[in-house]
Amino acid sequence: MSSQEIILEVNNLQTSFNTDAGEVRAVDGVSFKVPKGKTLGIVGESGSGKSITSLSILRLLAKNGSIKGGEVLYKGQDLLKLTEAQMRKLRGNEISMIFQEPMTSLNPVYTVGQQIGEALKLHQNMSKKQAHDRSVELLKLVGIPSPEKRVKNFPFELSGGMRQRVMIAMSLACDPEILIADEPTTALDVTIQAQILELIKELQDRLGMSVVFITHDLGVVAETCDYVAVMYAGQVVEYADIRSLFHEPKLPYTIGLLNSLPRHDIDQEKLEPIEGNVPSPYNIPTGCRFAPRCPAATDLCRAKMPALEPDEKGNQVRCWIYSEEWDGEAEVEIYGETRIAKGRGSKTVLSD
Amino acid sequence: MTKYIIRRLLQTIPVLIGVTILVFSLMHLVPGDPAQIVAGEGASEQTVENIRERLGLNEPIPVQYGTFLLNAVQGDLGASVRSGRPVMDEIGSRFWVTVELAVYATIVAVIFGLIAGIIAAVRHSTFADSGIMVVALFGLSMPNFWFGLLLIQWFAIGNWMPESLEFLKMRPSGWGDSWRQIILPVLTLGTGGAAIIARMTRSAMLEVIDQDYIRTARAKGVSEQVVTYRHALKNALIPVVTVVGLEFGGFLGGAVLTETIFAINGMGRLTIDAIRTRDFPVVQGTVLVISVIFVLVNLLVDISYRFLNKRIDLN
Amino acid sequence: MAKQELLKVEGLKQYFPIKGGFLGRTVNHVKAVDDISFTVYEGETVSIVGESGCGKSTTGRAILRLEEPTEGTVEFRGTNLASISKKEMRKFRKDLQIIFQDPYASINPRQTVSSVLSEAMEIQDVLPASKRRARVEELLETVGLLPYQADRFPHEFSGGQRQRIGIARALSVDPQLIICDEAVSALDVSIQAQVLNLLEELQEEYNLTYLFISHDLGVVRHISDRIIVMYLGKIVEIADKESLFDNQKHPYTKALLSAIPVPDPDRKKERIVLRGDVPSPIDPPTGCRFHTRCPFATDKCIQEEPVLRTAGNMKEGHQAACHYIEEIAAGTKESIY
Repeated sequence: MSSQEIILEVNNLQTSFNTDAGEVRAVDGVSFKVPKGKTLGIVGESGSGKSITSLSILRLLAKNGSIKGGEVLYKGQDLLKLTEAQMRKLRGNEISMIFQEPMTSLNPVYTVGQQIGEALKLHQNMSKKQAHDRSVELLKLVGIPSPEKRVKNFPFELSGGMRQRVMIAMSLACDPEILIADEPTTALDVTIQAQILELIKELQDRLGMSVVFITHDLGVVAETCDYVAVMYAGQVVEYADIRSLFHEPKLPYTIGLLNSLPRHDIDQEKLEPIEGNVPSPYNIPTGCRFAPRCPAATDLCRAKMPALEPDEKGNQVRCWIYSEEWDGEAEVEIYGETRIAKGRGSKTVLSD
Repeated sequence: MTKYIIRRLLQTIPVLIGVTILVFSLMHLVPGDPAQIVAGEGASEQTVENIRERLGLNEPIPVQYGTFLLNAVQGDLGASVRSGRPVMDEIGSRFWVTVELAVYATIVAVIFGLIAGIIAAVRHSTFADSGIMVVALFGLSMPNFWFGLLLIQWFAIGNWMPESLEFLKMRPSGWGDSWRQIILPVLTLGTGGAAIIARMTRSAMLEVIDQDYIRTARAKGVSEQVVTYRHALKNALIPVVTVVGLEFGGFLGGAVLTETIFAINGMGRLTIDAIRTRDFPVVQGTVLVISVIFVLVNLLVDISYRFLNKRIDLN
Repeated sequence: MAKQELLKVEGLKQYFPIKGGFLGRTVNHVKAVDDISFTVYEGETVSIVGESGCGKSTTGRAILRLEEPTEGTVEFRGTNLASISKKEMRKFRKDLQIIFQDPYASINPRQTVSSVLSEAMEIQDVLPASKRRARVEELLETVGLLPYQADRFPHEFSGGQRQRIGIARALSVDPQLIICDEAVSALDVSIQAQVLNLLEELQEEYNLTYLFISHDLGVVRHISDRIIVMYLGKIVEIADKESLFDNQKHPYTKALLSAIPVPDPDRKKERIVLRGDVPSPIDPPTGCRFHTRCPFATDKCIQEEPVLRTAGNMKEGHQAACHYIEEIAAGTKESIY
């Protein structure tokens, strides 16, 4: 992976929100790389900070949010250092974004064509006529039937799946380098989800863009992503290529997630849930944030936060088990097989 | 859309009938014999009987109503008891004075209200926001007759005015072509409306700014100004239009006090004078005209609301 | 093993009127549930699956008469719930409980957990007042909460914990059947697994019967004995779990199953991506309602409504509503996709 061109690199991103109850560090140590033309999945449960991470990349946070530290390198340039005007030139042009709720993410008082055309007029200086024609082409590209008619529709005249297609058409208007998709299919039914996922994949192949795919659904990740960053309590806790993540997950949290997942494709005797609850952002545990729920946690885990350390493949994990210092012994079950991790220094792996 | 307009038009018919019943009942709801009241105390039996005959009070009530309605539809609202002139003629010129006043007041209210509301929303939680909201609260809670008197005191009597500001001097009464006669009553009438519109615009804008589609617009790379004026304002205007329409209707009926303070010969004053002199046909006429206008303004509001907000279902 | 019938739904229809026109008269109906029949046996878990608008939640609500069904019978232990008076129905509410997707929406935020649970017991008069507090604490322990949490308010709990409270409330009246309406859909996977395990444990302990309404086929495969697949107000397939997942017959079921992403990057399978959207339930397609999106549809499908039937290589009790079960299974029917 080191040989690949990295189009987007996030290093130790930190984002906070001012709330009535004080400052909340919603994102606190997020790092990942997106190789050009590939798809990175950011996966995590609610409150893990995955959506905030995506909004931070484009600096689209709500007014009470601010980025406290870190870097967002796009083609080597730190987006956090750009002026607002420079940032606007990138948004919707080189980096575009689609959101979870197709029902509410389109402006109800403008036609589909007007909304797609806006970015074209803005970033590509198209005339009204050119923008209209291009909008029709884009609607056709995303598989909307009779695009000449649909371009004049208002959002309320379209179904959820159609609206998400419109959102995608809008985000593709200026041939972006990166598409950030924040839970783009969560609000849709599975048969419609399948259509949208297929569409994104096909367009990615055709247009060669890179995709950052934010989701809570491990099935969607397995199907669409090349690399995955797993988030927990505001941090990236494991970063791996897709095969490693699903076949050799290293982090007890990732293993727990996979064991919790009810599968429709295989029979499972019993689900192995993760004990306890996600920590409140107002009350983050010291040490490893997963330690209170981790079956392998030791005193070291509870006292000191582990760093995100790379392995020989270039995958990264934030866990003491894989460090020299760890001296515990853990028994972890994955897909019904018991694997034991012992303190064997940096070579420790969860093995059978 | 046409279907909707036709349906709404049809729906106003029962409302209008209700209005005419209410207006017609006015005369009968007043305690005592209307004819006696009109004639005044001490009038001879014969005079009272004549008045009764002229007003058709001897007929059964449904017949009276029928006649009233039939005449009203043809634009005949009877004759003034005092002047003997047809009520429609009495209302005639005065109606346009009131409409003019209400239109100007609405323009003032919309301009000041919108600008103030947008600034307050865009600068949410800043000094500008709280300042505007405090002023708006004043505008809302001040009775307009009192505000009118204050304006007369300051700008028409204006003893405090240094000579250099004399050009600001307004006329305290009447209505005419001179802006010196127009500004004070318009401000008096429009201030409260401006305050309401400012508050409405602000809250509507704040609600809209939090919507997902505003984030979508920002993600497209459009500037904050475009976000505010193109994406947020058009959506925020939907509820504001309703308020503006209602304000306009309110101005028409509510100009009574303003017209009285500034001695403007509009409908409001006509109504007050008619009530004072127990000129029932005129009271009926003015109330009916104002009510009908109010219903029609509401209809226009509904139609424009629907036009702006295409999402509202036909049903 | 003789299976005891607990709930028997027959010819159930739920139409919602659409008002319109000048005088607000009924101009049409949303045919949310349109003539469905099924049986639930004691102690089993039957799931109803389908996409939004298929009528699965409406079915649950109609059984409990949260909405008055338009037509049909709902027999619970031999009594037709659809025909008894509201007062009599109230007695049956003790036996039939429901858990919603968002328990927060159905719990009064100003009541403590203890009073929520006691109230349920009081309404159904299951325990004298003096014994209720002890029972509340016992229930909380049963659902994996702590007794001292009884005096807390709903907002002090996380989503998963609130769902446990919802379960405790349902259990408080000793029900026989619990309808779980998307009960775990809003929960994160790690919490969802906890609640699913809890539901299974409770079923064993109290011999509960579940009618499990969900759009998540992973969850459904995990928890169900039998599965009903609905599409646009109709049942398209009923089967035991093994048959449904390994030998499904209806093209819609096949498409639905193939559409779900598999959490395994190496298992790329053949996917049937359906075209278009689900049609409106106001004016559903004629014949087979799935014909507008079905890769095998013919003129017969447009004209003739298929009935649920068991074909050759199907297990007893496995039924699908398709004209071409045999042809599709034999591979002689070409997909038009």
